[in-house]
Amino acid sequence: MAKQIVVNPITRLEGHGKISIFLDDKGDVSRAYFQIPELRGFENFLVGRQAEDAPQITSRICGVCPTAHHTAATKALDDLFKVDPPETAKKIRELIYTIFMLEDHSLHLFFLGGPDFVVGPTAPKAERNILGVIQKVGLDIGKRVIAMRKDLRGIITELGGKVIHPVFGLPGGVAKGVTEEARDRFKEVADRGVEFALFCEELLEDVVLGNEDYVKMITSDAYTHRTYYMGLMDSKDRVNFYEGKIRVVDPSGNQVERFPVEQYQEYIAEHSEPWTYVKFPYLKKLGWKGFVDGEESGIYSVAPLARLNASEGMATPKAQELYEKFYETLGGRPVHHTLANHWARVVEIVYAAERFHELINDPEIIGTDIRTIPTETPKEGIGVVEAPRGVLIHHYKSDEQGILTGANLLVATQHNSARIAMSVDKAARAMIKGGVVDDGILNQVEMAFRAYDPCHACATHSLPGHMPLKIRIFDQNRSLIREIRRDG
Amino acid sequence: MKLEVFEPRIVAFVCNWCTYIAADAAGVARARYASNVRLIRTMCSGRIDPQFIMSAFEKGADGVLMCGCHPGDCHYREGNYKALRRYILLKRLLPQLGINEDRLRLEWISASEPEKFRRVADDITEQIRQIGPLIENGGE
Amino acid sequence: MADKPKVAFYWCASCGGCEEAVVDLAEEILDVVEAVDIVFWPVALDFKVEDVEAMEDGSIAVSFINGAVRLSEQEEMAHLLRQKSQLVIAFGSCSHLGGVPGLANLWDKASIFDYYYVSGPTVEHGENIEVPEVKIEVPEGTLELPEFWDEVKSLDQVVKVDYYLPGCPPTVKIVSNAIKAILSGDLPPPGSVLAGTRALCYECPLNDSKPEKLLVKEIKRVHEVEIDPETCLLAQGLLCLGPVTRGGCESLCIEGHMPCTGCFGPLDEVLDQGAKGLSFLSSIIDADEEEEILQILDKVPDPVGVFYRYSLPRLSLTSKKEVKLGG
Ligand code: SF4
Ligand code: SF4
Ligand code: SF4
Ligand code: FES
Repeated sequence: MAKQIVVNPITRLEGHGKISIFLDDKGDVSRAYFQIPELRGFENFLVGRQAEDAPQITSRICGVCPTAHHTAATKALDDLFKVDPPETAKKIRELIYTIFMLEDHSLHLFFLGGPDFVVGPTAPKAERNILGVIQKVGLDIGKRVIAMRKDLRGIITELGGKVIHPVFGLPGGVAKGVTEEARDRFKEVADRGVEFALFCEELLEDVVLGNEDYVKMITSDAYTHRTYYMGLMDSKDRVNFYEGKIRVVDPSGNQVERFPVEQYQEYIAEHSEPWTYVKFPYLKKLGWKGFVDGEESGIYSVAPLARLNASEGMATPKAQELYEKFYETLGGRPVHHTLANHWARVVEIVYAAERFHELINDPEIIGTDIRTIPTETPKEGIGVVEAPRGVLIHHYKSDEQGILTGANLLVATQHNSARIAMSVDKAARAMIKGGVVDDGILNQVEMAFRAYDPCHACATHSLPGHMPLKIRIFDQNRSLIREIRRDG
Repeated sequence: MKLEVFEPRIVAFVCNWCTYIAADAAGVARARYASNVRLIRTMCSGRIDPQFIMSAFEKGADGVLMCGCHPGDCHYREGNYKALRRYILLKRLLPQLGINEDRLRLEWISASEPEKFRRVADDITEQIRQIGPLIENGGE
Repeated sequence: MADKPKVAFYWCASCGGCEEAVVDLAEEILDVVEAVDIVFWPVALDFKVEDVEAMEDGSIAVSFINGAVRLSEQEEMAHLLRQKSQLVIAFGSCSHLGGVPGLANLWDKASIFDYYYVSGPTVEHGENIEVPEVKIEVPEGTLELPEFWDEVKSLDQVVKVDYYLPGCPPTVKIVSNAIKAILSGDLPPPGSVLAGTRALCYECPLNDSKPEKLLVKEIKRVHEVEIDPETCLLAQGLLCLGPVTRGGCESLCIEGHMPCTGCFGPLDEVLDQGAKGLSFLSSIIDADEEEEILQILDKVPDPVGVFYRYSLPRLSLTSKKEVKLGG
């Protein structure tokens, strides 16, 4: 009874991510493939564009994390035009960026990944959504989440023109400064932001860590991979979203690389497979060894858990406390359990809120020197940020007129694509036995990749990744015998 | 694509006050000009909207000619300068779209220059014949 | 209950920003949910395509579709929703005009694949170059991928569209006004764009500083100058597309101290946004000599990216090809 199960997002029919699971004649999984079926070609059509337009063009790669692309592109332009923005401009960029991280991470916590935990991974699908979360935690909290999101996004709109596809980034600075009046308003939001972040943390502790079953699930083998980890670190090797060096640690947590982004090509290479449009980056020195984990394999991971694993700590006090607690509870650094991403994300929510608070209370934030006008001839530039979903690198080349002649984008989710593919395969093997497939089981398979908060808009420079799934089960003659449908 | 003889289709947007008269005279004097060129009369070269030019190419023209009064002679004073600026920008745009910029040409031809009109018409026809047809992708 | 109008939302090749824009309606979304019966919204609700297929033709009052069309499945879905809906609304500039990702029409599939899988700077491959295929045999069976098209299309190049919601993405106000207009049946003639009817300049806070007859001797690129946020950007020589862009966004980019790049699309009667923009620029350059004009235009090295930023797929010219006749 060889079967093929196709877990397919109904959102775009075939046009999104899908999981195809092949069963052997015992009904066990012989292999699960995670396929990304789209690609858009931004690198090609950036060629010929005016360099200064890149931040606004590349933000259209993804409407979920436009600020990440916008900022990475802007930093690449600093490098391309060889300009150093004034301190105030850097701080304004980091301010906007941090607010964006806070907002995006909490969106994930409440709307996307959270429901699996708060409501329960095998709860009826109708409840496994934001409404289910609100029911569980109370309407007031739901309203508070919505209001917080609105306030945070309001600040980005005010400083960046638009929240979806902002316009603040220019080589050498930002287009708009922060007035004293605005600063005072934002300060109040920052105060609430910190409270909100701590509340997220409590919620996670109550609902998730208070429940033994969840902890068991987090640490279960099905969701565990020993890979390398990569993240952007400050000079003391603490997590930084906006700038620093890229640090890589091995599966035992030892630093193996620490390099400025300009050298990324020496460390990272990309592999492709004929069955998916997404590429698989790996550590160049180790080489591509296939979809396997361990010291020998060049597969690495990015995003919250990887960032924490690749770091020595957090740069703000509360976040540092939580960082310590995180590793204490889970048995020391590094943690290899994919589902710990949710908790790591909460540690980062607290860091983002504290950093927002620091930046808005920095007297320099209301400085008026926000631009350094480029004077050098542009040639080549590389920029990096930590997107919510991991290291994001933009690399441009241009002619003397500042017309782009080449572009290379290494996008957050893409770095995780090999590990995600492995996670899905492993989770499927652990969950599906003897041909027994039900909705809860499939959700757990899906959780294996939802924990990464994969954004496939980014990965293929195409589409966002929060998707409901359609499951199709075929018998050995490939005729449809059953269909299951679940929400994203 | 097998084309024994390629007869280019050329659209000429001509100013009512100068080139149109010249073209008319060229026709009357039987100083035959290439029949590939089809005239569209506008009140001034300044009225030749870039949308007309793009749409001419979209609808099957292999070449487009813009004609107006000599600099300083435009009846509306600066229509032809506007045409010149549009022409320069369009020449920059067309290659970006993968289209040979020589498919577009601007000429100043006064009412008293039917001979020039004939020469230009023949010349662009020959030039486009050299460049080759512009066809819908997918066509063989 | 039965009287509530049925509404569907769908996304084609979208960056997700248009979906976020709907989420940004925040509390207002609850009012919408009150007033209508949402029958299809893949991102948020559990209804199957089969459910839509089973509906009577025309039984959905209105379908909102965002994203451009690049895959056959998207085209099929657009046709299905067209058949089942009284009104189809193109939501956002990708659906309206093809959008930023439509700039991909300057390239074909072969060159995109070559760069992405073969020649890109970080791509590594051995003897065998693994380029994705539509159907591929793996040891366990057969896997399929959708076909990647050469071209991105706007929604109305695929199905008839009744109304357009402009913007990349549309603003909360535009969306909520449109929903109200649809619910009350107070709609302009079919084919209308549901936003302002006048140019952005009319609602721009800097309009007072815009000279009556605007002429520029110099154009500046945004990174080259300090931008004065109190003066009309065009008057400062920055190429602001406000005069040829539909109003209704409440001057978002201008409020961010940056020029308008035209995401709300052209004004009524203008079919070719790019050609219109180009024509507009030609009319404000204050020079008559070729040399001088060329010199000013040095600062506009990429007319396609500037004027067709959001609407290239509407220009069928990109699908033409040059033919070289043999000897
Ligand atoms: S219109 Fe803009 S926001 Fe909407 S899908 Fe297209 S690129 Fe994204
Ligand atoms: S040109 Fe731009 S800045 Fe000037 S009034 Fe119009 S929209 Fe405003
Ligand atoms: S100012 Fe222009 S580009 Fe910016 S949102 Fe408004 S219409 Fe779109
Ligand atoms: S009247 Fe002939 S060009 Fe203006």
